Amino acid sequence: MTDWTMLTLVGQDRPGIVARVTRVLCEAGCNLGEASMLRLGGNFTILLMVSGGACGADLAAVLAPVAAQLGLRVHLDPVQGGLHQHLVPNVTVRVAGADRAGIVADVTEILAEQGFNILELESDVAGDDARPVYIMNIEGHCPRTLEDLKQALSTLAARGVSVAVAAVDLLIG
Amino acid sequence: MAILPILRLPDARLKQVSQPVREFDQALLDFIADLDQTRRAGPAAVGIAAPQVGRHQRILILDCSGRPKVRAQGHLVLVNPEIVHWEGFAIGREGCLSVPDFTGNVIRATRLQLQAQDPGGAPVTLEMEGFEARAFQHELDHLDGLLFIDRLVSRRTDLFSRKVT
Repeated sequence: MTDWTMLTLVGQDRPGIVARVTRVLCEAGCNLGEASMLRLGGNFTILLMVSGGACGADLAAVLAPVAAQLGLRVHLDPVQGGLHQHLVPNVTVRVAGADRAGIVADVTEILAEQGFNILELESDVAGDDARPVYIMNIEGHCPRTLEDLKQALSTLAARGVSVAVAAVDLLIG
Repeated sequence: MAILPILRLPDARLKQVSQPVREFDQALLDFIADLDQTRRAGPAAVGIAAPQVGRHQRILILDCSGRPKVRAQGHLVLVNPEIVHWEGFAIGREGCLSVPDFTGNVIRATRLQLQAQDPGGAPVTLEMEGFEARAFQHELDHLDGLLFIDRLVSRRTDLFSRKVT
């Protein structure tokens, strides 16, 4: 099996970061696997699977110059696993409510009790500073029925959190 | 009948636009039988389009009747299909026999009025909704050289429920 390294980069966002970093990795003989780049709070963030070429300590040295130029913090982790290990979500959960501490914990504790495996989670704070609104979208796999899940989440409505649960009906065509 | 090899990304033939069927003959019926056997041999595909096996003719097969809680019209063979009218849109997750090991979210119309021909060449008009309408649009795209990965939406597009009814 290929040995993969999970490369995490965080820094102030600006155009061209992905191009510069991936060119350096390519020239070092590295292959890229799955990746997720997001702009979070104005920051550039990326998680990138890297294999081959310069890995481990060499990878840190390879990335040091470009990271310094672009003001990026670099984190490297050797990881197990590899490509083609996708799990397909069967449930999507959409959450919205006036922003307050504990929404994510409240929702995800209930999901965990139902055996829900979160495959993707994204959240954002909408509205404005005076009236922030927390919005979260979760996709995952749950062995329980949609009705069980809705029932379990129904207590959240009383706490001012709107939760919509829907099946993900994967279409293969 | 025969199970035909399915073209897989990045085969350039998947990007080719298919031509209308003009000859409604035994050869067409034989091909449709093979195409359907190919669909059934795959991993639970609810549809297949002729260009997925390298035949660039406007033919598609749908069968969503095996899906629980889905309103569907059973096994449909549609030749030279066209969308006459569409309404609404919704995000749903799709995969494809021609794109193994990848699924993603795509926006599709939720209600359709269609016209097509049956395998004998007779005109057909149909209405579809929901999952079946999604499957039709996925297969129709194949006839125009498009794959669902050409229509992927950002995960963040999904933050709000944008179902319009």
